[in-house]
Amino acid sequence: MASQEIETLAAALARLPGLGPRSARRAVLWLVKQRETALVELLSALETVRDRLVECPVCFNVDTVSPCGICADPRRDPRAICVVEDVADLWALDRARLFAGTYHVLGGRLSALDGVRPEDLAIGPLLGRVAAGGIDEVVLAMNATLEGQTTAHYLAERLEQYPVRITQLAHGLPVGGELDYLDEGTLAQALRARRPLA
Amino acid sequence: MPLDRIALADFRNHRESALDGTRQFNLLLGDNGAGKTNILEALSLLAPGRGLRRATPAEMARKGGSGGFTLGADLAADTMPVRLGTLVDPARPNRRMVRINGADSSAATLGEWVSLGWLTPAMDGLFTDSAGARRRWLDRMALALAPTHARTAIRYDEALRERNRLLADDAPPDPLWLGAIEQRLAEHGAALASGRRALVAALTQALSAAPDGPFARPLLAYQPTAPEDTAAFAEALLRHRARDRAAGRTLIGPHRDELTVTMAGSGAPAAHCSTGEQKALLIAVTLAHAELAAKGRPAVLLLDEVAAHLDPSRRAALFERLRGSGTQVWMTGTEAAPFAAIMEEAACWEIAGGAAHRVS
Repeated sequence: MASQEIETLAAALARLPGLGPRSARRAVLWLVKQRETALVELLSALETVRDRLVECPVCFNVDTVSPCGICADPRRDPRAICVVEDVADLWALDRARLFAGTYHVLGGRLSALDGVRPEDLAIGPLLGRVAAGGIDEVVLAMNATLEGQTTAHYLAERLEQYPVRITQLAHGLPVGGELDYLDEGTLAQALRARRPLA
Repeated sequence: MPLDRIALADFRNHRESALDGTRQFNLLLGDNGAGKTNILEALSLLAPGRGLRRATPAEMARKGGSGGFTLGADLAADTMPVRLGTLVDPARPNRRMVRINGADSSAATLGEWVSLGWLTPAMDGLFTDSAGARRRWLDRMALALAPTHARTAIRYDEALRERNRLLADDAPPDPLWLGAIEQRLAEHGAALASGRRALVAALTQALSAAPDGPFARPLLAYQPTAPEDTAAFAEALLRHRARDRAAGRTLIGPHRDELTVTMAGSGAPAAHCSTGEQKALLIAVTLAHAELAAKGRPAVLLLDEVAAHLDPSRRAALFERLRGSGTQVWMTGTEAAPFAAIMEEAACWEIAGGAAHRVS
């Protein structure tokens, strides 16, 4: 049986998404073995994050500077905002550096069943950013789930009063995907969203 | 024949049963509780869905067995048979897995290989039962024709739960949020209703092509409670907000729709017909659906305790129509006499104490 200290660490790690008690114990054992190198490195990284991590007051991204690196980047186009549900979505989009504008993290999606209401999300600040002017386009990059699409629809209605272009990510055929393997719902969506070629 | 070399292990009361050398007509004879319907239920699991008893995996595992079960069958295909199987691993007793030719597969894929329909005594009260039972029946038949029907139904339910939750709130719901949910609800609801309507239209056409007798011809009518057009549906939801909020739930939509069945000629509602007439109406729909569902795939029909409740002329007509359809048929009965007309050509098993013994 491990010491109380080690058990406490394992229990703390076990709560991390995707880990669980068994993997947590394995991670703890590994850290104990590498306590001069990896454990020290992990400790200092955790400390830095704890001391310096802030939520960006503009877009609600998390970063160690405020406003966040994206909002402060002068090469970014401040006239376009891409709205995402969570920070993980922002990271996914920005990893590929495809979007040149700025972001806005809602902090979730509307869900009556889970009790997530409009006032629980960063919708007010988004409207504030758009109302302040200087914005041409708002891209709604919600997940293609029922709740994600409900949220997108809701935001579109709220944004309607402002002179901005409201767009949504396309739904349909994935790149490299074969028609034969797609479900009919996705195929129907792709057909509806077809566009002229040439 | 479509399904052959059937093997069941630890399924219900069957420790280990095998049925080989199947034919078009397959008879399972035995006393009540011998395990005849269990074999039909096992076969029904080779179609997408929860099978003819809608049971959980734990209910289907043999009491005192491993806690799991396996069943498999060869499906005749062009050159080599395809092995269809489904199993529950005792280590994960709540998860039923599907295997096709030994590879893990989704339950929905089974529908691409074989069309399975059934009629059981539990369905006898369908016309006097709740409207919900008829909607489930309709959805199961629609699913056999269009696999996306199941997904549409799930998404509709999700959106419905969201709207009902908002309506039941103490505080007045945010109208824009409610509107966004209603848009999804209308989209999936319209698709669900149109899937059901398409099924009813196809059944009606198939029924009109069927011979006049001796099975009474049913007239089916789908009675929607909401418009089938997405925009009009959303508009209706908007109009009904106050009433729905007072009720605490959504009062229009496919979850409230009704299927009415009447007997052609007399125009009598099915619920007012005699037990025998209701059975005949059910058989007529089941046969019509089997014909529709069989297009492009082998078809199998499971008829539990059906023949014994028909008079000799209707029984003969049923056998005649089944023979002409080319569908593989599995029938159960407590005695051989009602099947005398097909005994020669049928494969017959005696079922007792959860074991199958081939008798002819």
